[in-house]
Amino acid sequence: MIITGAAFVLGDNIDTDQIIPAQYLNLVPTIAAEYRELGRHALAGLPNACRAFMQPGAYQTDYPILIAGRNFGCGSSREHAPVALGAAGVKVVVAASFARIFFRNCIATGELYPVECRARLCETVKTGDTVMLDLAAQTLRHEARGAVFALAPLGAAQDVIDAGGIFAYARARGMLHVN
Amino acid sequence: MGLTLTEKIFARHAQRSHVAPGDNVWVSVDVLMTHDVCGPGTIGVFEREFGKDAMVFARDKVVLIPDHYIFTTDTMCHRNVDLLRAFAQQQQLPFFYDPQTTAYKGVCHVALAQEGHCRPGEILLGTDSHTCTAGAFGEFATGIGNTDAGFVLGTGTLLLKVPASMRFVLDGALPPYLMAKDVILRIIGLIGVDGATYRAMEFCGSCVEAMTMEDRMTICNMAIEAGGKNGIIAADATTRTYVTARTSVPFVEERSDADAQYFSEHSIDVTALEPAVAQPHSPDKYATARAVAGTKIDQAYIGSCTGGKLSDFVAAAQILAGRTVRVPTYLVPATVEVKDALATTRHAGQPLTRIFEEAGCLPLAPPSCAACLGGPSDTFGRVTGNEIVISTTNRNFPGRMGSTSAGIYLASPYTVAASAIQGAITDPREYLA
Repeated sequence: MIITGAAFVLGDNIDTDQIIPAQYLNLVPTIAAEYRELGRHALAGLPNACRAFMQPGAYQTDYPILIAGRNFGCGSSREHAPVALGAAGVKVVVAASFARIFFRNCIATGELYPVECRARLCETVKTGDTVMLDLAAQTLRHEARGAVFALAPLGAAQDVIDAGGIFAYARARGMLHVN
Repeated sequence: MGLTLTEKIFARHAQRSHVAPGDNVWVSVDVLMTHDVCGPGTIGVFEREFGKDAMVFARDKVVLIPDHYIFTTDTMCHRNVDLLRAFAQQQQLPFFYDPQTTAYKGVCHVALAQEGHCRPGEILLGTDSHTCTAGAFGEFATGIGNTDAGFVLGTGTLLLKVPASMRFVLDGALPPYLMAKDVILRIIGLIGVDGATYRAMEFCGSCVEAMTMEDRMTICNMAIEAGGKNGIIAADATTRTYVTARTSVPFVEERSDADAQYFSEHSIDVTALEPAVAQPHSPDKYATARAVAGTKIDQAYIGSCTGGKLSDFVAAAQILAGRTVRVPTYLVPATVEVKDALATTRHAGQPLTRIFEEAGCLPLAPPSCAACLGGPSDTFGRVTGNEIVISTTNRNFPGRMGSTSAGIYLASPYTVAASAIQGAITDPREYLA
């Protein structure tokens, strides 16, 4: 799979309160209109100087790719976090490392690919730069510099996200005999 | 080769004789807990995937504890509690602690323990990252998302990776000016907010053995603040006394083998520690209260799953008795049981409620998560500007208590109470003879 687009760049320890602040947790992700609304508030908890991820009133971001440092998604177990990013149109987060529950929620929901990269991309890629990810080749190409970085393999998790989440994956393989 | 406490619980719940860190195993789940923030989405996943008429895997293993957004005029929040209520009725769930009735409890992690849902040797999963609190009871407890929780609701099982264990040996008698909060803030400061990612944090040693269940809950509660999958403390006589007073459900205690393999070992002499804070904006920004003493604060907050238990208020009262606070001081008992006990528990002959009133604290809020995580705009104690707050809560990332320009210092109830009196961060030893 190839994912190309503009990157939005963040630092270390972006926690779930910054990804989706608690006042929006009254929205229920499985209700379609509220799923869409969650997208509108994606990354609304970033300190003021870092905002601009979402245009005012927009439901879709101009940045389908997030680049971050260590421990992305730390904090709460709220599934609203990967859901808000996915609903806003984020396809992939490339980070130096992920917090465990956020990583698992990305896979379970199939909302986006949480991909690790040992290179500290958040210090070389700038917000707005175009990057191209090739998940099969496990590479990220930073177009402005022509640089190519190796990504850590997602392994079996990629198949689950490709399928659209853990239920869709299990059902497609006959592992779940309901519905 | 021996197994750790966490590995033994995984092995038994996977019906295996042995598991190793990194193994992915299907485990049976003893308790699934959800609340008003993640419950409606969990139910939504369950009904979407298993059908509207599907029944949960076991009625008495599902616990619904609304606690986050209860005392608000936000109609969406009320709608979410209504969704829980309808589900509890449809499924005939015995454990729904309804805010509209006297069954209401308050903060889920404390209520789980008080209502006998925390039992040694079990696996407890919850849609809240602080579910790891229950590891204090010698069980495996961790936070999961709605989709995983929806899967558990339907099947009673989940695929989990066996975590490697980090062993923290806490030795020595805790000095009278320190609390469990100071110990865990020191540990997080040492290993960092991702220092235990994917791993179990097992706590043992003479200090832990001497701790009450509430102290042990404070320690395990904040395992997630180091990225841990779970915190865990082996059950002992203290655990047994607490648990058997609150449930008749039988349980199996496990202990780590003497030859268990650990990812790492850390020894801490608690007698050498000092009253601590975590500075804005991260739980691992450790400093001694002494080092940042004099930092002006705008408000003080005592509450939450980690800092709103009875012992937390007893500690605060020790310092506040006969003194007056200089900044707005918000008190939120974690549960109804804690709130009721504040009126009947005495310090120096006075009920705690009287001590807090005479010290000038704001009237007690009804039990809930309140401003620990910000929440709706009318949440008690929520910050809206660039306030500096000192709080007994567990997390201080930007915006955590409602405003991204506010700064939150995390500290023990002793340190928070002492700081409230001076209007500035204060080492509580100034007030503890």
